[in-house]
Amino acid sequence: MGQAVDVHRLHFAFTVTFHYIFPQLTMGLALLLVYLKTKALRTGDEHYHRAARFWARIFGINFALGVVTGIPMEFQFGTNWAAFSKAAGGVIGQTLAMEGVFSFFLESSFLGLFLFGERKLGRVGHWAAAFLVFLGSWLSGYLIVATDAWMQHPAGYRIGADGAIELSSFWSLLLNKWALWQYAHTMLGAVQTGCFVMAGVGAFYLLTKRDEVYGRTFVRGGVLVGTVAAILQLFPTGDMQGKLVAYNQQPTLAAMEGLFESQAGAPLAILGQPDVEKRKLDNPLEVPNMLSFLTYRQWRANIKGLSDFPQTEWPDQIPLLYYGYHVMVGLGTIFIAVMVLASLLEWRGKLYDSRWMLWLLMLCVPLPYIANTAGWMTAELGRQPWLIYGLMRTASGISPRVAAGNAWFTLIGFMGMYTVLAMLWLFLIYREIQLGPEPGEHLQKDHAAVLAAD
Amino acid sequence: MGTIWFWLVAIMIAIYVLLDGFDLGAGAIHLLVAKTDEERRQVLASIGPVWDGNEVWLIAAGGTLYFAFPTLYASAFSGFYLPLMIVLWLLILRGASIEFRNHIKSAVWHPFWDFLFCASSLLLAVFLGTALGNVVRGVPLDASGYFFEPLWTNFRLGDETGILDWYTILVGVLALLALMMHGGLWVQMKTSGEVNARAARLAGRAWWGVVVLTALVTAFTFRIQQQVRENLTTWPWGLAFPLVAVAGIAGVIFELRKHDECKAFFASCAYLTGMLTSVVFGVYPMVLPARNPVYSLTVATAKAGDYGLKIGLSWWILGIILAAGYFAYVYRSFEGKVVVDKESHRYGD
Repeated sequence: MGQAVDVHRLHFAFTVTFHYIFPQLTMGLALLLVYLKTKALRTGDEHYHRAARFWARIFGINFALGVVTGIPMEFQFGTNWAAFSKAAGGVIGQTLAMEGVFSFFLESSFLGLFLFGERKLGRVGHWAAAFLVFLGSWLSGYLIVATDAWMQHPAGYRIGADGAIELSSFWSLLLNKWALWQYAHTMLGAVQTGCFVMAGVGAFYLLTKRDEVYGRTFVRGGVLVGTVAAILQLFPTGDMQGKLVAYNQQPTLAAMEGLFESQAGAPLAILGQPDVEKRKLDNPLEVPNMLSFLTYRQWRANIKGLSDFPQTEWPDQIPLLYYGYHVMVGLGTIFIAVMVLASLLEWRGKLYDSRWMLWLLMLCVPLPYIANTAGWMTAELGRQPWLIYGLMRTASGISPRVAAGNAWFTLIGFMGMYTVLAMLWLFLIYREIQLGPEPGEHLQKDHAAVLAAD
Repeated sequence: MGTIWFWLVAIMIAIYVLLDGFDLGAGAIHLLVAKTDEERRQVLASIGPVWDGNEVWLIAAGGTLYFAFPTLYASAFSGFYLPLMIVLWLLILRGASIEFRNHIKSAVWHPFWDFLFCASSLLLAVFLGTALGNVVRGVPLDASGYFFEPLWTNFRLGDETGILDWYTILVGVLALLALMMHGGLWVQMKTSGEVNARAARLAGRAWWGVVVLTALVTAFTFRIQQQVRENLTTWPWGLAFPLVAVAGIAGVIFELRKHDECKAFFASCAYLTGMLTSVVFGVYPMVLPARNPVYSLTVATAKAGDYGLKIGLSWWILGIILAAGYFAYVYRSFEGKVVVDKESHRYGD
């Protein structure tokens, strides 16, 4: 961990992991806000307007943190990964610049109007502002995923005279098939975060017997949208994502599955700890032939194990990659079970009285965050040892003049600052949930308390 | 194609400075012009709905620079590693202080965020100015095309330069004063009462500093960066840029005395635009001058492939037209002086 490349990797990994806590809720909630605003517009029910206003307040806090932690990501391409930027900036700079020009301007312009302009805009205008914020945030998601997808599976480029990687086809970059599937998979993950948070807050209100009308709206909205998202997350998007890895990044598939030896009818490991030195999986719990079937739709298909590849092609953090993948898939399966069960209870009209299910929904809130993080770890650790798959090794992408000591200095700075931001975020979100969807009442109590204290 | 993108990026940076410049300036003078909670909310409300969009110009300009001049992005960002990270931290603190301040009514919560907002805005103005100073002075690039500058070395203009030396600090102070004036004129235009009067007085005082430092920095720049004189000799029409700056700075004091708040602000915009375009004109065709001129990065050596630049032009124009539309709409719906409700918990509603 003393080498500059390790510090730069940790620097990016830490800041991007922390950053992604915020956009996943932003993008998920953006969709749910459009859902609530549409309901409000169609029913004319003030209840839905208030519900939307409540979530807009949480959205605002979350969005602000997403913005301030997002700017460092763009900067780091140049500060910490200069050699990579110099080589590939002409290609991935396109999608990154488009994100700024097309989505950030849209989002930032209409978010202000959405948060503060409800009276001025009128009902339809305010719905439109919500929709444009949704559009901006989802477009931004696409352009970032397209950037990452190019690093996973480069397309639409050629090597120029001076060795730099040049763009040769704009549309191949933008419509990279890897980008399309990865986007669908990523966005469904974000929607699940939004749904679990909304349903979880609703369940909290129902369990504590306050704002129960809203509690029911939140639980219903979260569960209905969440069920669809949870199922699509596995099939077809997760399935296709897995196949793309299997066909294009073979050593990665083997490492994700902890498969050291090639075999026909490869099993799917549910549990087991990879021992890279001895090249085996400890105490494996496996489903026979399943990996072969999932990958090639044939029970006895041959899957290549890590031993069939030179060690220089192996991802360098096999245990982390293996766990990232297994945690993601395991949690994804649990989400389907929880959401489908909750939907059945809703259909039978028993959801709001099933205390155990409400408890379960409330306690699930942190899990989609973990699953999304684990998913990104799978994608990015799986890409190793390449920075651009097949084109550039991670070790050759760092800034040649930035010493490990300077990278540690700023990494520690970010760690300190983000610790404080995380505390503030939890505190402010908790406070909004305490204030609830009808804050007028509670606010007056607050004021009375302040006056009494004076 | 490279030269077109050189000017497009320069325009984006200029727009960033004009727009985010007034909210940075408003932040830097926050504690000076607003004393009570209500006054402070007036200052915050004057930038509330627009500061975030203004900052997007920095991100969009950064992104555009990245794809049009990848070599420059790589060299400059890794070379200015430390000051850029500090700028990032300041941007984080500043964003948090604007967004979080009005969530809680408390005698410790408000002053804390107000102070942080003011301090981070002030330091950002200085650092952005220093960055510009570094570009004009030239950086220790070598044959590898990379460099790394510590925050400071001996504060002299030798070969082992740091980010801070007497020249770049001078440019940093000029940037701070110019943005304080710019922010003061904005706050004056958007507020009424005590805040309005204090902002006008402060802008008038900052004006003197701006005039003196502009003259000093210009004189030093001619000695430090030879390219400026060369370009003026080759293309005498380039004198138009500094003339815009001079007209702008004269306009500021003239309109300030006439109490035309709107025109005074636009005169300040003209001053900043004139100064920035003068710099851009002065260093062209270099995009990052080196201390040893042999290693300077130029438009030709730093630009991306032609196909990418051409296709970029088509989406860029479309995107900027859309962005201009959003900005026109947002600024129009936010026209006139801000009114702060005494009891309102949040601004702008």
